[in-house]
Amino acid sequence: MGMKFPFADAYVTTKLDQVLNWARKFSLFQYPFVTACCGMEYMAVSASHYDQSRFGAEIPRFSPRQSDVLWVVGTVNQKMAPVLKRVYEQMADPKWVIAFGACASSGGFYQNYTAVPGIDRIIPVDIYIAGCPPRPEAVLDGIIELQRLIQERGPHGMSGINPRQTKEPLVLSRD
Amino acid sequence: MSEDSAKPSAPETAPDAPAAPPAPEPPPLTRLLQEQFGERVLGHHAQHGDETVSIRREGMRDVFAFLKRDPRCAFDLMIDLTAVDYLPRTPRFEVVYHLKSLTVPHRLRVKVPVEAQAPEVDSIRELWIAADWYERECHEMYGISFKGHPNLKPLLLYDGFEGHPLRKDYPKGRQQPLVPMRPVKERYDYGERFQPVEHPHTPAVTLERQES
Amino acid sequence: MESQRHLKPLDFGSEPMTIELGPQHPAMHGITRFRCQLDGEVIEKMEADIGYLHRGFEKEAENTTYINVIPYTDRLNYVSPLINNVGYVLAVEKLFQVEVPRRAQYARVIMSEISRITDHLTCNGASAMEVGAMTVFLWFIKAREHLWELVEEVTGARLTTNWTRIGGNANDLPYGFLTMLDERLVKVEEALNEGEALILRNKIFIDRLKDIGILSRERAIEHGFTGPMLRATGVPYDLRRADPYLVYDELDFEIPVGTVGDCFDRFLVRQEEIRQSIRIIRHAVEKLPPGDFHCRDRRVWMPDKYEVFNSIEGLIDHFKIVMEGPKPPPGEAYHAVEGGNGELGFYVVSDGSGHPVKCRVRPPCFNYVAAVPEMTVGHYVADIVPIFGSINMIGGELER
Repeated sequence: MGMKFPFADAYVTTKLDQVLNWARKFSLFQYPFVTACCGMEYMAVSASHYDQSRFGAEIPRFSPRQSDVLWVVGTVNQKMAPVLKRVYEQMADPKWVIAFGACASSGGFYQNYTAVPGIDRIIPVDIYIAGCPPRPEAVLDGIIELQRLIQERGPHGMSGINPRQTKEPLVLSRD
Repeated sequence: MSEDSAKPSAPETAPDAPAAPPAPEPPPLTRLLQEQFGERVLGHHAQHGDETVSIRREGMRDVFAFLKRDPRCAFDLMIDLTAVDYLPRTPRFEVVYHLKSLTVPHRLRVKVPVEAQAPEVDSIRELWIAADWYERECHEMYGISFKGHPNLKPLLLYDGFEGHPLRKDYPKGRQQPLVPMRPVKERYDYGERFQPVEHPHTPAVTLERQES
Repeated sequence: MESQRHLKPLDFGSEPMTIELGPQHPAMHGITRFRCQLDGEVIEKMEADIGYLHRGFEKEAENTTYINVIPYTDRLNYVSPLINNVGYVLAVEKLFQVEVPRRAQYARVIMSEISRITDHLTCNGASAMEVGAMTVFLWFIKAREHLWELVEEVTGARLTTNWTRIGGNANDLPYGFLTMLDERLVKVEEALNEGEALILRNKIFIDRLKDIGILSRERAIEHGFTGPMLRATGVPYDLRRADPYLVYDELDFEIPVGTVGDCFDRFLVRQEEIRQSIRIIRHAVEKLPPGDFHCRDRRVWMPDKYEVFNSIEGLIDHFKIVMEGPKPPPGEAYHAVEGGNGELGFYVVSDGSGHPVKCRVRPPCFNYVAAVPEMTVGHYVADIVPIFGSINMIGGELER
């Protein structure tokens, strides 16, 4: 966060981390990297019927430098991969990536010469939302899951720059 | 469907046998083209009610110009241009054009057989500007070049893509990535089961076509 | 175009500037790259680059069975997936020469028209949003949501429907569907009226769309335009009338045409087509005959469960259809339907095996995007957005 707190070594820091994480998880500025069919469901989620702004993830920021969450919505092919990588690299650091739908998670049923088999082959991914395309409820579940991840793990998701990051897989508590 | 099945369809001829027994009475457009161009019309059929002629590659531009400009044909819409790869056959490719007229209610499919060695046909971009992008796409997907087309850059693929992916001898899964693919550590975390298979020569997933 | 020339900035010895729009750009609801050369704010030259969503539909289709292509067709024009399903299946049925029962044909018409409404609602809502009318977008999406729930009722999925089969449909229209349809259509009409009341007399909206992106009738035909884009220029060419398929020749509807061929005409044509689609649906519901929802042709349709379990022929047929897929006779067929964007044609070539030799889609918006430079040159940079919104570019269909 670039924030200097004078009592960084004191036990208070953990508490502050939690407060910061709490604040972070409810103001997710998102960058929708919309490519394909899943974009229709993304539109449905952000429109009034399902209304993802209830989760603090309201405003799409169309500048990668202002956003926290990169939604990769839809198939990414080999021609698009450099663009995706560049957008990801432009984002400022506390950043998370959501792979929206089957194509972004694994390539889906496009296993051929052009589709990237999962965007995690290009950039690190925090949350995978299953479905082709995922139902809006699944998307909202993904947002909640991401919030839980932020609360438990702090500003560093899967980007792997956090020295404190444990080797064990993160098992999220469901209750 | 009901429309087509009501029509008396000519005897069915397979697409890979253009010299099959000719239909007793060729449909009007075919007859017109045969009268006009004679030898240049290689074959024809009207399977399922789709009128089809296949023409010789030499001088094909004249045929298309005739089809566009003659009032009996008046094909003002160039609907589609694509190619088909019949791999073991001798004229390996066929460039397929679909034409449609807005004034006369008819359609026509024109096929131009092309050999595998240095496949080339004439560009019809001058006649229908719509053919511009279709020819570019056909060029990159099948490697058929269009003589007279000024700009055969890749359209759907990118510079540096080797080979022509829609040819039958291009493996379905051979990828040519522009950015290096990273190994997926996160997938390992959940057990050995989800490790992606790595191949030394193809960096990404390979699913070869199962030959039936 | 010429009238905008007087707004050219004063001559400070400027030089042309090149900017890139896309492939990821906030104002573009699609991934297409435009490289524009500007003089001041006026576009002088433009080049389009596509292929950022090329997913290899044709290669996938050549490597799978005829039935397994149907899910891939959902993802072509993902705003109106049912029309794609119907179009592909009609082409394959033409290859098989199968006759589908009339109830199935009516059901296909009803579902296609629902899909067309969702397509036009999305296009018009998004293009309204892009020039600033966010409310209209939200209302149209709300209306689309009503229809998607209907689609879900029938097909089980909101978007990727995978509903038609070769020789019929996956299921019949469910019980209570028709009453629900009636209610939902009224709601869609309400949303349409509300939306139109907001924008059709709004000066900002009209100024942004009127006389923008004009393409004359001759040039549109030369570019191979079909569908709403061609009808906006005044050519009443609609495949549902020109080449009637299914049961469209028994249904009443009119073909709306525009006069000038600018973005505003396209908007109006789409709005009116939604109304005509509602009319078609109502008429089709009136005439919906009783009967079966699939054919009984054993080449394409699986035998009944009873037969599979109790007779060896039924079991063999079932096994062969599941494992090898239906095998059409050698030949080729092209069938075009009026998609949300225009003539959506499927060209299928068979060699008698279970895999298509070639399964080609004729993408309607391919021609539109190819013509974007011609429509845009001479306009301001800001006009790219309404022009691009009005052509309803759908990546899955454009690049397949």
